[in-house]
Amino acid sequence: MSGYLLSLWSSFLSTIDDVMPIIGILVGFQVLVLRKTIPHLPQVLLGFLLVLLGLAFFLEGLERALFPLGKIMAEQLTAPDFLGLTGDETSMSEHWQAFVWVYLFAFAIGFSTTVAEPSLIAVAIKANQVSAGAIKPWGLRIAVALGVAVGISLGAFRIVTGTPLHYYIITGYVFVLIQTWFAPRTIIALAYDSGGVTTSTVTVPLVAALGLGLSSNIPGRNPLLDGFGLIAFASLFPMMTVMGYAQLSEWSAKRAAKAAERTDQLS
Amino acid sequence: MKALVLQLFKSLTDSVRDLLPIIGVIAFFQLLVLGQPIPNLLELLWGILLVVLGLTLFVQGLKLGLFPIGETMAWDFAAKGSVVWLLMFAFALGFGTTVAEPALIAVAEEAAEVAAMGGMILDAPDARKDYAEGLRYTVALSVGLAIVVGVLRILRGWPIQYLIISGYIGVVIMTAFAPKEIIGIAYDSGGVTTSTITVPLVTALGVGLASSIEGRNPMIDGFGLIAFASLTPMIFVMGYGILL
Repeated sequence: MSGYLLSLWSSFLSTIDDVMPIIGILVGFQVLVLRKTIPHLPQVLLGFLLVLLGLAFFLEGLERALFPLGKIMAEQLTAPDFLGLTGDETSMSEHWQAFVWVYLFAFAIGFSTTVAEPSLIAVAIKANQVSAGAIKPWGLRIAVALGVAVGISLGAFRIVTGTPLHYYIITGYVFVLIQTWFAPRTIIALAYDSGGVTTSTVTVPLVAALGLGLSSNIPGRNPLLDGFGLIAFASLFPMMTVMGYAQLSEWSAKRAAKAAERTDQLS
Repeated sequence: MKALVLQLFKSLTDSVRDLLPIIGVIAFFQLLVLGQPIPNLLELLWGILLVVLGLTLFVQGLKLGLFPIGETMAWDFAAKGSVVWLLMFAFALGFGTTVAEPALIAVAEEAAEVAAMGGMILDAPDARKDYAEGLRYTVALSVGLAIVVGVLRILRGWPIQYLIISGYIGVVIMTAFAPKEIIGIAYDSGGVTTSTITVPLVTALGVGLASSIEGRNPMIDGFGLIAFASLTPMIFVMGYGILL
C-alpha cells in the first residue's frame, strides 16, 4: 500500500515540475506587466491545485493500469504468431488483410482514448460555452474520436503496406481544403484546432506502442522510421470529421426548419 | 453544499462514462481476441480509480482555475492595449510550455537516434544529445511563433483558412526537400507538442481575446491557436533536418 502512495506522490511531484514553467510565465506577466489583481484569486488557486492533483492521479492511474496492458496487447496483436503468418517480407505486405484485428484494435483504441482525453474535454466545454450551446460537447468529442479512430487504423494499414507517409498526409490536406470551402464558417477554426488537441496524454503512448509493435514485427520495416506517422494521421482526420459533424447538423437543422414550415402551411 | 455534492457526483459519473470505452476495448481484446486473463486485477482497479478521480479533479480545476485565468489575462491585455506585451506573452506561453514538455523530450531523443542511424550526425552520445536539444528548442521556438501569429490573427481578424493553407503549402514544399528519415518525426511532432495544461489555457486566451475585441466573433476568431501550434513544428523540424 505504501508503495502505491509513494509512487502517487512522486507522480504529483513530477507534474509540478512540468507545470512550473507555465505558472512562472503566468505569474511573471501578471505581476510585472499587467499588475492587476485577479478576481476570485482563492478560487483560481484552488482550481490550479485541483488541476495538478487531477493530472497526477490521472497519469499515475494510466501508468499503473492502462498503459502496461495496452502496450502488451499492441505487441501481441502484431506478433506474427498471432497473425498466422510466416516471417518473410512478401507474404506480409501481400497479406495485409491478415491484419484485420490490428486495424480493429487501432480503430477501437483510437476512439476510446480520445473520448478520455482531458484536453479535448476542455476544448469541448469551451466550444459549448462560446457557441451558446449550439455545439454539444459530447457530439464534438464523438466526432473527433471517430476521426482519430479512422486515422489510426489507416495509419496502421500504411505501416503494414509500407507506402510513403506524405502521400496520405498531402491527400488529406487537399481533402481538408476542399471541405473548408463547404463547411459552415463558425466551425472552421474549431475543426482545425481539434486536430492538435486530440493527441496527448492518453492517446500518444498507446498509439506509439502500436506503431512500434507493427514496425518491429514486419520484416523490412524499421521501427525508427516507420513507427512514426500514426500521430500525424490522428491529427489530420478529426479536422474532416468535425467539419462533417457541423455540415450534418446544419443540414439536419435546415431540414427540420423546412419540415416545420411545411406543417405551418398545412395547418 | 448539497448542490456542490450533486455537481461533484455528476462529474464523477461523467468521468466513469468517459473511461468506459477504454475499459471495454481492453477487456474485449484481452479476453476474447487474445484469449488471455487480465493480469494483476487489483493493480488495474486501483489504476482505474485513480484515473476516474484524476479526470474529475482536472475538469473541476479547469473550470475554477485554468479557464478563468486565461480569459482574465486576455481581457487585461486587451484593456492595457499594448500589442507588443501581448505578443511577448504569447511567445513566452508557446515557447515555455513546449520546451519542457515530456512528450517532446521523448520524441527529440528518438529523432536523434534516427539521425545518427541515417548518418546525418555522428553516432556518439554527445552528438545525439546536441541534436536532440537543438530539435527541442527548434520546436519550442516554432510553437512560440505559432501562438504569436495566431494572436495577431485574432487581433486583425484574418480568416484562418488562408494562413493554414499557406502552412500546408509550406509543409508540402519542405517535405520535398527534407531528408527521408526526418519526415515521419516532423509530421508527428505537430501533434505531440500541445500538452494537457497548454490547451485549455491557450484556448481560453484566444476566446477571451476574441470576446474582448469589438467586431471579433469568439467562435470564428477565438479558436485556432492550437491549429497553428500543431502546424509550425512540422515545417521547422523539417527545416532543422535540412540544415543539419
